[in-house]
Amino acid sequence: MEQKSMKGWLYLLPALIFLGVFMVYPLADVFVYSIEEGYNSASQTYYGVGGYNFSYVLHDPYFLQAIKNTFLLVVITVPISTGIALLISLGLTSITKFRDFFQTVFFLPYVTNTLAIGLVFMILFKKTPYSDGMVNMLISAVGGSTIDFIDGPYWAKMFVLCFYTIWIVMPFKILILTSALVSVNQDYYNAARVDGTSKSRIFWKITLPMISPSIFYLIITGFIGAFKAYSDVVALFSTDLNAAGMNTIVGYVYDMLYGNSGGYPSYASAAALILFVIVLTITCINMLVRRKHVYI
Amino acid sequence: MEMDLNQIEKAALRKKRTQNIVVYTLLTIWGLMVLFPFYWMVLSSIKSYSAYNSEYVPRFFTTAPTLQNYKDVFTTVPLGGYLLNTVIFTLVTTTVMLLVTVLAAYAFARIDFAGRDTLFMIFLALMMIPNELVIITNFVTITNAGLRNTFTGLILPSVTSVFYIYLLRENFAQVPDELYYAAKVDGTSDFKYLWKVMIPICRPTIITITILKVIECWNSYVWPRLITDDQAYFLVSNGIQEIRENGLGRENIPAMMAAVVVISIPLIVLFLIFHKKIMEGVSRGGTKG
Repeated sequence: MEQKSMKGWLYLLPALIFLGVFMVYPLADVFVYSIEEGYNSASQTYYGVGGYNFSYVLHDPYFLQAIKNTFLLVVITVPISTGIALLISLGLTSITKFRDFFQTVFFLPYVTNTLAIGLVFMILFKKTPYSDGMVNMLISAVGGSTIDFIDGPYWAKMFVLCFYTIWIVMPFKILILTSALVSVNQDYYNAARVDGTSKSRIFWKITLPMISPSIFYLIITGFIGAFKAYSDVVALFSTDLNAAGMNTIVGYVYDMLYGNSGGYPSYASAAALILFVIVLTITCINMLVRRKHVYI
Repeated sequence: MEMDLNQIEKAALRKKRTQNIVVYTLLTIWGLMVLFPFYWMVLSSIKSYSAYNSEYVPRFFTTAPTLQNYKDVFTTVPLGGYLLNTVIFTLVTTTVMLLVTVLAAYAFARIDFAGRDTLFMIFLALMMIPNELVIITNFVTITNAGLRNTFTGLILPSVTSVFYIYLLRENFAQVPDELYYAAKVDGTSDFKYLWKVMIPICRPTIITITILKVIECWNSYVWPRLITDDQAYFLVSNGIQEIRENGLGRENIPAMMAAVVVISIPLIVLFLIFHKKIMEGVSRGGTKG
């Protein structure tokens, strides 16, 4: 038995070392950093212990802007992307011809490099002195006035960001919802058909309740993912997000840690912990709602 | 009566056809939305610099395609180096990850030892820890160890994934115990059993986590950005950002697009070959963001 224990721990040793050094220790350390006031990373000294870092971060206009941007992004993209994904998945499962083809095409954005494709979106939406760009060409074709989506007004930048985020998250949502729709027991539909139930009633009373666990799963992961938005924002607006007014909470954390305004691991830790609390709260609320509305 | 039935059937058929038209239109529109950026990047990458910049209204095709931009991205900016770095990073990280994951999953699934279940619960709890919380200290750890701008520094914090250990453990646990006892009677060692029996049986799961990790490595941006500021160690994500901000000149969009195409191709090829496996793997446990 003793020998068996040894063997077990031996097999686990590599994982334990890696997790210990790069996950458990940092997790404890982030709390320490967040309460060390005036920490200087060069001399590794600090003045005292307290809540100053949190208060600094919460009063920093850049952080407040980041919070606003992130919340807007979450509130706009999660419902829209889940809704469109549901629509597309319903379409996908109702056809037989070309279904595999469409499914494969729709999944393509998942395997792309966010930074690289973001650059393509930037070019499609950007307006330069040399060219209005593709999207502006369409806008003027239908009689609208052109606008710079990348360096222009706030709402335009927010629009591109939401558009790109939705484009990026769709593959995962379509995949999950399509497999949920396929696995609904056909007997329910047959029974409903025998009773002459209308299509909309079938959708609201059978399909939606049966796939509600997947929808809630997508809403929860969607919330978490959107709250952590960062690289897609960099892809569109480049690394100096504060200057563009488009920073996100995660972007703020990294900027505090490193980059032009970097060197403040304490502020970064405080901001990261605030993000964690926000995400945890929202996830708990989601879980509570889920308990009320999910049937299985 | 027969007439009525005929009419009803016809009406139903017509309704079905209209519905089909609507569905296929919707799907085609989304398909175009997905494919258009890819089309645009390839198109822009084969336009010459002067042709691209003389188009105030961008054109949807080109009559004089050129490969000059592809030459440029390998000569004026070190795209080849970025690609090589990413390949090394991806291969080493994925290999070490597999080793660590297989051993840990085997211990959790097959070896009975004191404290195993408690430890597994702790592992599960770790899955909820967001990367943003631990990355701050990791940055300091790696910096203090003098491992900035090294492959070691890039790779070390990226190898463990609790989720993959969990996924593989679940699969290992499904392998019937009888096989293990039979192997034990024959005097097979644990390690040989793992290598000769468990891994071949669970190959689909191992392939799945390998592919997911490769995608993750190829696209990783945040950690490499924090830990490297020497171009010699840039991965493709940081490379493309560097190219955009300093490399080819801000206005040389066609060359940038050529770089984007080069960076995107490996994963797209991988996807076209393994799309069934990848989609299955992602629906079992991938997320994005």
